[in-house]
Amino acid sequence: MNALSNPLLEVDRLAVEFRTRGGTVRALENVSLALAEGETVGLVGESGSGKSVLSFAAMGIQDAAARITAGAIRFAGQDLLAKKGAAMKALRGREMAMIFQNPRVALNPIRQVGRQIEDVLARHTDLLPAARRARAIECLAEVRIPDPERRYAAYPFELSGGMCQRVMIAIALACKPRLLIADEPTTGLDVTTQAAIMRLVRELSAERRMATLLITHDLGMAREYCDRIAVMHAGHIVEVGPTEALFAAPRHPYTERLIAATPVGAASLAELAAIDGNLPDLRRADLPACRFAERCPRRGAECERPLALAPAGASSATHLIACHRPLTAAATEARHAAFA
Amino acid sequence: MSATPSAATTATPVAATQSGAVALWWRNLCYVFGENPLSAIAAGLFVFFILLAALGPWLVPYDPLASHVGDPLSPPSAAHWFGTDALGRDILSRVVIATRLDLGIAVAAVALSFVVGGLMGAFAGYFGGWFDRISTRVSDTIMAFPLFVLAMGIVAAMGNTVANIVLATAIINLPFYLRVARAEVRVRRDAGFVEAARLAGNGELRVLFHHLIPNILPPMMVQISLNMGWAILNAAGLSFIGLGVRPPEAEWGIMVAEGAQYIVSGEWWIALFPGLVLMLAVFCFNLLGDSLRDLIDPRRRT
Amino acid sequence: MIQAILKRLLGAVPAIIGVVIVTFVLTRALPGDPAAYFAGPAGSTEAIEEIRVKLGLDRSLPEQFVSYVGDLVRGDWGNSLTTGQPVLAEIADRLPASLELTLVGLLLAVVVAIPLGVLAATRPGSWIDHLCRGITTAGVSLPTFFTGLLLAYVFYFLLGWAPSPLGRLDPYATAPDFVTGFYLIDSLIAGDLETFASAAKQLILPAITLALFVLAPLARMTRASMLGVLSADFIRTARASGLRPTTVLFTYAFRNALLPVLTTLGMVFSFLLGSNVLVEKVFAWPGIGSFAIEALVASDYAPVQGFVLAMALLYVLLNLLIDVAYGLVDPRARLEA
Ligand SMILES: Nc1ncnc2c1ncn2[C@@H]1O[C@H](COP(=O)(O)OP(=O)(O)OP(=O)(O)O)[C@@H](O)[C@H]1O
Ligand SMILES: [Mg+2]
Repeated sequence: MNALSNPLLEVDRLAVEFRTRGGTVRALENVSLALAEGETVGLVGESGSGKSVLSFAAMGIQDAAARITAGAIRFAGQDLLAKKGAAMKALRGREMAMIFQNPRVALNPIRQVGRQIEDVLARHTDLLPAARRARAIECLAEVRIPDPERRYAAYPFELSGGMCQRVMIAIALACKPRLLIADEPTTGLDVTTQAAIMRLVRELSAERRMATLLITHDLGMAREYCDRIAVMHAGHIVEVGPTEALFAAPRHPYTERLIAATPVGAASLAELAAIDGNLPDLRRADLPACRFAERCPRRGAECERPLALAPAGASSATHLIACHRPLTAAATEARHAAFA
Repeated sequence: MSATPSAATTATPVAATQSGAVALWWRNLCYVFGENPLSAIAAGLFVFFILLAALGPWLVPYDPLASHVGDPLSPPSAAHWFGTDALGRDILSRVVIATRLDLGIAVAAVALSFVVGGLMGAFAGYFGGWFDRISTRVSDTIMAFPLFVLAMGIVAAMGNTVANIVLATAIINLPFYLRVARAEVRVRRDAGFVEAARLAGNGELRVLFHHLIPNILPPMMVQISLNMGWAILNAAGLSFIGLGVRPPEAEWGIMVAEGAQYIVSGEWWIALFPGLVLMLAVFCFNLLGDSLRDLIDPRRRT
Repeated sequence: MIQAILKRLLGAVPAIIGVVIVTFVLTRALPGDPAAYFAGPAGSTEAIEEIRVKLGLDRSLPEQFVSYVGDLVRGDWGNSLTTGQPVLAEIADRLPASLELTLVGLLLAVVVAIPLGVLAATRPGSWIDHLCRGITTAGVSLPTFFTGLLLAYVFYFLLGWAPSPLGRLDPYATAPDFVTGFYLIDSLIAGDLETFASAAKQLILPAITLALFVLAPLARMTRASMLGVLSADFIRTARASGLRPTTVLFTYAFRNALLPVLTTLGMVFSFLLGSNVLVEKVFAWPGIGSFAIEALVASDYAPVQGFVLAMALLYVLLNLLIDVAYGLVDPRARLEA
């Protein structure tokens, strides 16, 4: 993964495990991903593929049961995994921030939303209380909350879901971070609110040249808002590429099925293809090198061999796949052209 | 102990997959015992207490009421394992004999509040309306008292007898059963299997008694086991302050009360043994209650 | 806020009415002829008849109820046969002793249980977690009167650390001037450290006994609700914002975890007031509990009824305080009020 000369966030061959009573869950393996300043990258994949685990690891807020067994995470050249707890906490919320799904429950229910923004400011800035309050109101205004002075004193239960998500964004962006990780920021919101929230995220990231990692199930949304897309499956990144190239000519069979399974890629409901099989059980000791192999129609003998992300073709240094038997660009392009 | 009714238990009919349910139950049982060896100890203790209660009169070495079977106030010895009290009665015999009375009071009280409270709660939950309002008011009113104090007041007013101890203990336990039954019936009232039974031409009462009440029994059982220990404590507490059981009858609470005055002069065994056994019995029921809750309602495991 | 409190006060009215009805029923449920009871064992037929008329027992039940309530409101709770004093005066006289014991017991329990529950929840599987579980299961199994005796035996008889378990002061100390009725406070106001020490020494064992019993439900609830809150989404948000662990733990987690604990406090008060009676008997504590027990033994019913009523009203009041505290912590409850 060296497509970016000077990445802001660089995840390098990361492996994360969970030791549970039922066995070791190998939730991430050999995961590499980089984000440049000002860039928006989409992370897609079905439920349980490890998107949240990856983002939590990047933020250093993974579960107590999680173990990072290999790899590195670098942020602006600093090795995050080598950082002590306090140094990491100083970075979190100031340099890198995260927003979550279900904004209603992601906010402290019994604290005024303005105070919750102030908590972050108090932690990361030297502002005096009065200035802090003013800045918190400013933050609310920045996320286009009408009447921010009054809303400052509101409790989450007094706000709509969309408003709560705006507050979450205000908390995340209060200290003008350089990286924003948005883990399904619009799940649970209605369609118009979804669009409003996404436009807001896009505007603010453009304004501040903030790198954004957008985690979503919604390929349509990823296509609309992201410069590049990374596709995850069962703890592996199977394909990364510029949005248009990836949608026009997916090379990994999983990406192809994923696009086909989404209304955006299919011409009619009849074309909607479910993806066969389920994610493999990540506790298995005999997980195949390619974790998609067991569900893959193109599986062959070579699929047993070790696998790594590599350029999809000589012409496309930025389009990477992890597959021994990729689709040819021509074939998928032709198929997609038929639907267009 | 726990007063919280488990309102939202899944609304699956027990009859649905009987064999599967038994297997699941068994697996849960193994899990609970494996996870927590204390549960196994509690089960053992439970059997022990049942045996004591059943066979007590044949086990005891001395007549529990006879004075001067040994020297008064003699400490534990080979002849009197738990020592003797001021009248020279054998404490071991008295402690063993008391098991039946103590457990009997608790079981009778809990059974009473289980039946009355359970039925009231089931009716209130099923039919709603004025009966629901009245029974909720009644249980709220009971809960507006510190419960032990209410029990004291009831026994004082109704007369100082064992039957009234049972009644008072039953009354202060009533709200717990009423609430659990009401909540459990309410969540199931409109479930599919109930609707189906109704459509099949069953009358409302039949639906309630044949389809709903059997299904709320598991959470009610949990409530029973959680309540037993508390009921024993209450009954013993009432006798400790001189209500209900009268001397010379052997009862743990009274025996502790009788031993109380000797504690400060160093004759510890008179109060200690009945107190310890009482504590052990309550402990056993509480542990069992926790395990039973884990078994029946694994999601509430803490 | 004031309005919310007033609303809650109104909300307590049905409970008070219920309590009064129950105590009324209890006074009329006396076995045999209540008049005979109130007349005492030596009462002649005329005396009984006189008492019957005086008690209004010749009138209809609703009439009796109205006059009962009237009497209560006027402060006429009957007389104690044994002391000859008005019941209300006796209760008022002894209430501070009970309250002091109860509150110190509660304070001890809270001071131990809440940190214990919090620590257990933040370190699941650690020794402190196991300790917490052990204490919670064992704690609810302790018969208060028995633990009290054991403590007295160990700390008074064996070790000699505690004074003899009789009353609020050792026999040589004199009670401080009445201000609040709480000896600990009154002795400090009087600047009499000797009395303070004596009162504290007498208080410590009964208070520990009470605390041991209510510790369990408190610690259990604290642990459970803290565990629940710590896995909540908003804690993850707080951690993702880099907030200090202390901020996350106290401002975010603990305040939220407090809500279910406050709710349990109602049950805890019920236990506390009940156990209080037993502890007072064990330690010869001159509170309203031992007053009631003495009256019970003497078949003197008016004090017992007065005691039940006083305890119930106290309990309603405590629940009201819990409600108000809940409203202070939880803005959602403030709105509903
Ligand atoms: N605390 C944990 N203990 C054990 N396994 C875990 C834990 N957290 C996550 N996992 C496992 O890691 C895998 C990835 O989970 P993750 O939450 O990252 O999926 P996701 O892609 O974010 O899914 P979704 O789209 O549903 O949010 C899953 O198989 C999950 O079971
Ligand atoms: Mg996720």
